[in-house]
Amino acid sequence: MTINDPIYKTDTLIAENIDAYLDAHQHKSMLRFITCGSVDDGKSTLIGRLLYDSKMIFEDQLAALEADSKRVGTQGHEIDFALLVDGLAAEREQGITIDVAYRFFTTEKRKFIVADTPGHEQYTRNMVTGASTTDLAVILIDARKGVLTQTRRHSKLVHLLGVRHVVLAVNKMDLVGYDEEVFDRIVADYRTFATSIGITDFLAIPISGFKGDNITAHSPNMPWYTGTALLPHLETVEVEDSREQAGPFRMPVQWVNRPNLDFRGFAGVIVSGQVRPGDAIRVLPSGKTSTIARIVSLEGDRDLAVAGESVTLTLADEIDCSRGQVIVAAQAPLEVADQFETTLVWMDEQALIPGRPYWLKIGTQTVSATIQPPKYEINVNTQEHLAAKTLDLNAIGVANVTTDREIPFAPYAENRDLGGFILIDKLTNRTIAAGMINFALRRAHNIHWQATDISRDHHAAMKNQKPAVLWLTGLSGSGKSTIANLVERNLARMNRHTFLLDGDNVRHGLNKDLGFTETDRVENIRRVGEVAKLMTDAGLIVITAFISPFRSERDMVRGMMQPGEFIEVFVDTPLEVAEARDVKGLYAKARSGALKNFTGISSPYEHPHAPELRIDTTEMTAEQAADLIVARLIP
Amino acid sequence: MTIKTLTHLQRLEAESIHILREVVAEAENPVMLYSVGKDSAVMLHLAKKAFFPAPPPFPLLHVDTTWKFRDMYALRGKAAQEAGMQLLVHQNPEALERGINPFDHGGLHTDIWKTEGLKQALDKYGFDVAFGGARRDEEKSRAKERVFSFRSANHRWDPKNQRPELWRIYNARKVKGESVRAFPISNWTELDIWQYIHLEGIEIVPLYFSAMRPTVERNGLLLMVDDDRFPLREGEVPQMRSIRFRTLGCYPLTGAVESEARTLPEVIQEMLLTTTSERQGRAIDHDQAASMEKKKQEGYF
Repeated sequence: MTINDPIYKTDTLIAENIDAYLDAHQHKSMLRFITCGSVDDGKSTLIGRLLYDSKMIFEDQLAALEADSKRVGTQGHEIDFALLVDGLAAEREQGITIDVAYRFFTTEKRKFIVADTPGHEQYTRNMVTGASTTDLAVILIDARKGVLTQTRRHSKLVHLLGVRHVVLAVNKMDLVGYDEEVFDRIVADYRTFATSIGITDFLAIPISGFKGDNITAHSPNMPWYTGTALLPHLETVEVEDSREQAGPFRMPVQWVNRPNLDFRGFAGVIVSGQVRPGDAIRVLPSGKTSTIARIVSLEGDRDLAVAGESVTLTLADEIDCSRGQVIVAAQAPLEVADQFETTLVWMDEQALIPGRPYWLKIGTQTVSATIQPPKYEINVNTQEHLAAKTLDLNAIGVANVTTDREIPFAPYAENRDLGGFILIDKLTNRTIAAGMINFALRRAHNIHWQATDISRDHHAAMKNQKPAVLWLTGLSGSGKSTIANLVERNLARMNRHTFLLDGDNVRHGLNKDLGFTETDRVENIRRVGEVAKLMTDAGLIVITAFISPFRSERDMVRGMMQPGEFIEVFVDTPLEVAEARDVKGLYAKARSGALKNFTGISSPYEHPHAPELRIDTTEMTAEQAADLIVARLIP
Repeated sequence: MTIKTLTHLQRLEAESIHILREVVAEAENPVMLYSVGKDSAVMLHLAKKAFFPAPPPFPLLHVDTTWKFRDMYALRGKAAQEAGMQLLVHQNPEALERGINPFDHGGLHTDIWKTEGLKQALDKYGFDVAFGGARRDEEKSRAKERVFSFRSANHRWDPKNQRPELWRIYNARKVKGESVRAFPISNWTELDIWQYIHLEGIEIVPLYFSAMRPTVERNGLLLMVDDDRFPLREGEVPQMRSIRFRTLGCYPLTGAVESEARTLPEVIQEMLLTTTSERQGRAIDHDQAASMEKKKQEGYF
């Protein structure tokens, strides 16, 4: 056997002064890292070696290992460390999903969690999963083979997932005669490539996992290498504390702790910064502000909590705050948006279907989201951008995502917790993709909700009425504007505060830049919906008279309003009747071809499926219709 | 700004609390499986911290086999009461009726009392998420177990159909009938557990500390004669030995180690200097190489 004596033996201290040992070991830090490379590169051997040298292998396991090594090992009579960790090979034979396995070992200075994933291309999703939680990646290269396609793929994924520290471990140096030139050439090759994908910094170490060179201590076989050995580097590389804590305070609310009426605590993990009692905070997306009253814990109140800790906070004011919202430093709010450019890693057999609603879970919040067709797919081996209509299993691409409501976020490059998300299939509940927010799109950028003290209820109460939207839809010439005008007059007589939004009028001002194409019609209705929403917030009863031909946009406006406040009134006039009336002469123009995209003639009208009210104008007068509508609103 | 460096135990604690809260936020009817062992003790302590000042908002469930150590029964009620939690005890009525025991029924004992018992209890109360104290370092097949592990309506685990878990995000969505086993202390090692018990002063069953106890040797295991149900062979007299346990289960199935470690630091000292892995003391794992994986697929925790 060529096993060196484990360097990290602490038996003496343990045996002689256990209390001193415990005291020292309760103050260890923790590092999570991932090893990238295939079995052929000696990955399992390296992990086995680290477990062995840090004394994480027990005698019974070692006995089993020695027996297995003789039986199936690939290293002659020497111990095959790979067998310690190769549950994965067995899985492959059993047809089980090749997975991420987590290994643990401890040295004097640190506890380590190693994410061990298979290196081949068909396991990209596993590597992405493993890399998502790690601070450091060890990229293994076989010294005899140099930088390969898979080295490039691993490096790209590691960089994509925001792993901050990269170690290039040039392995199997014993098989190239510990040759410095081989090492230098590989490092130079890698540096050229790494720079091209944005990895600016990495540490290259020549090692032999099998022989134990430069693992725990500097190897006498490579006197030309003057840098640090692998394990000492892992023990001293900077952990995330300072970077995480240096940012502004952010805590997504995970759970509201309400054991009785006198206590309301907000529980969650601090994902950035520090917090102290008295700090001014803001709750997003509502925008309400308050100050931190207490940091509550089982051991008593604390005066400081930092990124990475799970805490319970109370606020000085009774403000609305629930799971999914984010408590942030008042002076440094997060961006809030509902459209994003994202990088997606597809993880499911079922490919991406653009436009289909999926669940999107980010932080502690789950929202509905749709994905646009990918802008491009990334070939992870060559870095090329490829045109793509969808994303298949293990594909990585860039696509825009729209959420059904605005969410507080940070770009993934700034903060993994605030910019990383998963997509969940609504039918199967499977996790189908991992996503990273690159940036927000459109004007949503950098605009925060300013909380106001006078609420919409307050506005409505002052007017002594319940706000509503009476949405009149129907063909041109069906009588919408006439009826809407009568409705407003009736309501005015009853001292109700109203406002009438008329299609033609709005097109003279707010929407004068819009035409009659399908896209413009959609935008026309979206804007009117937003205006109507503001008016209901102000407590008004809004009456609208728009053709609004598409069902999806009427439903969109319905979704913008409070439940029960949207009253869809279908002014049902058959086309031939409306055309016969032709008050404005538009039908004649449309028939002659002088007017394009005219609803009913050259553009469709989609009837409402279940309107709150249907007005048949062939059976009642405009006055009767108005009475009916007012009666529906105020019974 | 002063940077506070978090220790590995603080990081682990934060992660576990996050998992506990995430389950409570997303589950309809969660429960914590409580085995009275040291891992359960740590998990319960973390739950107290996670929900303070409220008591943990779920009950404790002990799937009992009637064959646990008497010391374990003694601590069970006390721990639940101190946490302000309801304790549910389930004993499989069929096993009770048939008198299933580890001496006469071998592997069937675990199967009927624990595997079947657990399924019965989860169905009976309609729990949709059950916390378990399993750790990834215990054994090879657990190294790849998810934190949120899904079970079909008949409690089977499908290793081919696990959901990827990225960052701190857990997908807890499920259809009616499916359930989840959630493992808040997945990333803790045996040493972490002991250090945390030491640091936090968590009460554990005295059997973890050495004392003179009546023992007999069976199949290479040192067993403790905890009550008069232990069938002694002809002429066999239990011997008093200074023993302790590294892991606790049914007393006729749990091997003791000879030891002089009477305090927590001494136990940790012995553990660090010891040369056999933790599960060796459990008869259950010796059945067959892939026994744990098989048991898990069938619904054992």
